[in-house]
Amino acid sequence: MNDKKQNDLLDKNQKDQSELRDKQAAAAPEQSGQYALDDERRVKVLSPGAMVAKRFFRNRIAVVGLAILTAMFLFSFVGGILSPYDEAQLFYTQTLQKKEYAGAVKNDDMRFLAAEGQDFGSIIQAQVVLALTTNKDMVSYKGVDYYVTEEGKDFYSVALKDGTVIGIAYKDVVTSSVEGQKLDFEFVFNALKAYTNGEHRFQMSTVGAAYTIDEGGVVEAGGQEIAFISRYVINPIAPDIFLSRDFREELAIALEAGESSFVFKDADGVESEYFIEYKPDVKNWVVRQETYTRTYDRYASPSKEHWLGTDKNGMDMMTRLMYGGRVSLVIGFIVELIALVIGVILGGLAGYFGDWVDFLIMRIVDIFYCIPSTPIIIILGAAMDAMGVDPQIRMLYLMLILGFLGWPSMARLVRGQILGLREQEFMVATESSGLRVSRRIFKHLVPNVIPQLIVSCTMGIGGTILTEATLSFLGLGVKFPFASWGNIINDVNNTFVLQNYWFIWIPAGILILLTVLAFNLVGDGLRDAFDPKMKR
Amino acid sequence: MHKYIIKRLLYSLIIFFFVMLIIYVLLRCLPTSYLETVARQMSQRPGSKTYQEWLAQLEAQYGMDKGYLLGYLEWLKNFFTGNHGDSWFYTVPVIEKFHDTVWLSFVMGLIVLIFEIIIAIPLGIVAATKQYSFTDYTVTVVALAGISLPTFFFASLLKLVFSVKLGWFDLFGLVGRNYEQLSAWGQFLDKAHHLVLPIVTLVVLSIGSLMRYTRTNMLEVMNADYIRTARAKGLDEHTVIYKHAFRNTLIPLVTILGGSLPGLFSGALITETLYAIPGIGYTAYHAMVGGDIPFSMFYLAFIAILTLLGNLIADLLYAAVDPRVRLA
Repeated sequence: MNDKKQNDLLDKNQKDQSELRDKQAAAAPEQSGQYALDDERRVKVLSPGAMVAKRFFRNRIAVVGLAILTAMFLFSFVGGILSPYDEAQLFYTQTLQKKEYAGAVKNDDMRFLAAEGQDFGSIIQAQVVLALTTNKDMVSYKGVDYYVTEEGKDFYSVALKDGTVIGIAYKDVVTSSVEGQKLDFEFVFNALKAYTNGEHRFQMSTVGAAYTIDEGGVVEAGGQEIAFISRYVINPIAPDIFLSRDFREELAIALEAGESSFVFKDADGVESEYFIEYKPDVKNWVVRQETYTRTYDRYASPSKEHWLGTDKNGMDMMTRLMYGGRVSLVIGFIVELIALVIGVILGGLAGYFGDWVDFLIMRIVDIFYCIPSTPIIIILGAAMDAMGVDPQIRMLYLMLILGFLGWPSMARLVRGQILGLREQEFMVATESSGLRVSRRIFKHLVPNVIPQLIVSCTMGIGGTILTEATLSFLGLGVKFPFASWGNIINDVNNTFVLQNYWFIWIPAGILILLTVLAFNLVGDGLRDAFDPKMKR
Repeated sequence: MHKYIIKRLLYSLIIFFFVMLIIYVLLRCLPTSYLETVARQMSQRPGSKTYQEWLAQLEAQYGMDKGYLLGYLEWLKNFFTGNHGDSWFYTVPVIEKFHDTVWLSFVMGLIVLIFEIIIAIPLGIVAATKQYSFTDYTVTVVALAGISLPTFFFASLLKLVFSVKLGWFDLFGLVGRNYEQLSAWGQFLDKAHHLVLPIVTLVVLSIGSLMRYTRTNMLEVMNADYIRTARAKGLDEHTVIYKHAFRNTLIPLVTILGGSLPGLFSGALITETLYAIPGIGYTAYHAMVGGDIPFSMFYLAFIAILTLLGNLIADLLYAAVDPRVRLA
């Protein structure tokens, strides 16, 4: 309705204008002489190109298409320059990860320590264990008697008949607080004796020093930590981890209390949470530290830094889309250019010469028409996959293949048009003025086909972009590290992505849809605009 | 007429010969067929023969050791005598696999075609009769959007909405998990249920072109003199459009639809692959990617024949429907 009204209005406008012109024309001769050809008298005509443009811009849908295309070109070619990121720039993030940190095991076996200069061999050790389980206090081996005395809880000393202590058996483990320093036997003996009897201080007669032991099993001398006693054996999981005494103590307390996690502040003041997990099959505890680890920023949600989030490799999606647009558009144009060049040359030759040239070329066209192009491209793509063709060269091959499969329709179009044109008078004129054949074909015939070619190419580019996207989606087209709109969506094959990360595949899909649609709309508009028979 | 048909058939045969020659040479040239893959695997076993020896043995075994031309002629002979060989990828006779899958594709194609006709032709007519109206613009844009829509994107959208969000359909496959426990009728329904999304995808993507074709041809007819005459006679618009205009539009429509009939068997390669529907397209896709030369050759030959047949039917129908056309 609206349209019609506008049309009427337009018509009226034109009518008014022409009336005005008539009046002026009638008035003109009196002023400037009858035959003067001034601006007022000149008949206003538009050049054919301007006519086409005028008709094209009246078609609102086509203009919308043109606007979309312009936007896409700006997005792809200018956007890529403006974007602060590179096509394949990786982004990292800090994520909280639980990493194995330490292992702990409760010591339920007797451990043995020989006194300095004494022989406390494994056979005697075994005999001692046997004696303990059978509640005997004396073992004999090779005619020597050994006396086992209970010194404290789970702490025994082994002595010869003359009272010389040759070693001890114990379950609580004494670890030195100073790294790399060995504890001597006497110290261990005295510390354990005090600890297992619940005493809080002990003296060593030889050194003459006084030591204190607190509830947690820390042995101190004059405020200085010397050692740490615990039933738990705690070891770091990797050699580069040093477990501080404080940590061991904290862990031992947590283990004793049966807690599943605890917070510990290390020497540098960094507080992190540790998780304790008991593994019944090997009867030990695994301690995991929750720390920040640098990882690829995968599937990050849209944010200020990444407007459309990041993809599975941790690359900025927006930038990938821009570069992908370049690839898709450039492939579309080059493929169509290849098809155009071959098609125009062969179609032009066939149309102009007719006869056997026409027959031969058209049979080749028939054959190419009959080749199932999609399966062939898929087979070639799979073959290139298996041969490990370099992604850049592969892109080139892809363009050549698509272009080579696209020329027959172009050739048919050109030939059909030329067949009609070559019988017209202007061709007779070119022949009689003795122009070269190549000039006659490509300078006089082909330009007359150009409108149809432009329409066909515009729509063809859209189709090519679609084909390329489909191939890349199947993983047979443009390959990583290059982006193309198709291979960006490829990730949707992963059902998890389909369900959770819309920003990975929806924007790329919309871009393809809009671009192809715009090419089709513009092509449609151009066809209407080029057609002089169209009423509008 | 008979002479024309025979001439066209012979001509089609010649084209078929060259098309398949190109395809055969192409497939043989590629160093990535199934045989190479198998030979590579075999040669990596401990104490095995070298890759070259395995390849030579396998090629001899599968008749691939002849020259291209001889090999092609033999393939052609086998093809026409119905000896299609065994599929390397599926390890069953090619023709058996073909029979298992082609009917599913045909049924799908047929349903799609029916929906396409029901939806596209009326819309095309409406768009043409109300040229430049809002309806016309809408139909044009929707039709073009359907043409421009990437299959995989549309399929993913459908899956997201109907499979993930609403949970109405499965994401992949032709049959559900409990297919074996269902009754015959239940099995049929299960399959039908799984075919809904693929069919919707195909219909939406294909109505666009038919809609535009109908519109263009209808517009052409509407500008014809006999329509003006009909209007001048004082016939009501309905009669003008559906009796005079539409019947003339039917000529190109019947031609193009008739020509597309053989295509029903060719399967929807991309859509079937996206939904993992084991039709001929999906089967062929995996055979082709897996380098299965016998199956690929058979499939490509089949498609080529369908294309040639489609062209032939279209030309013949054109003559049959339009009495003005004489075949020479």
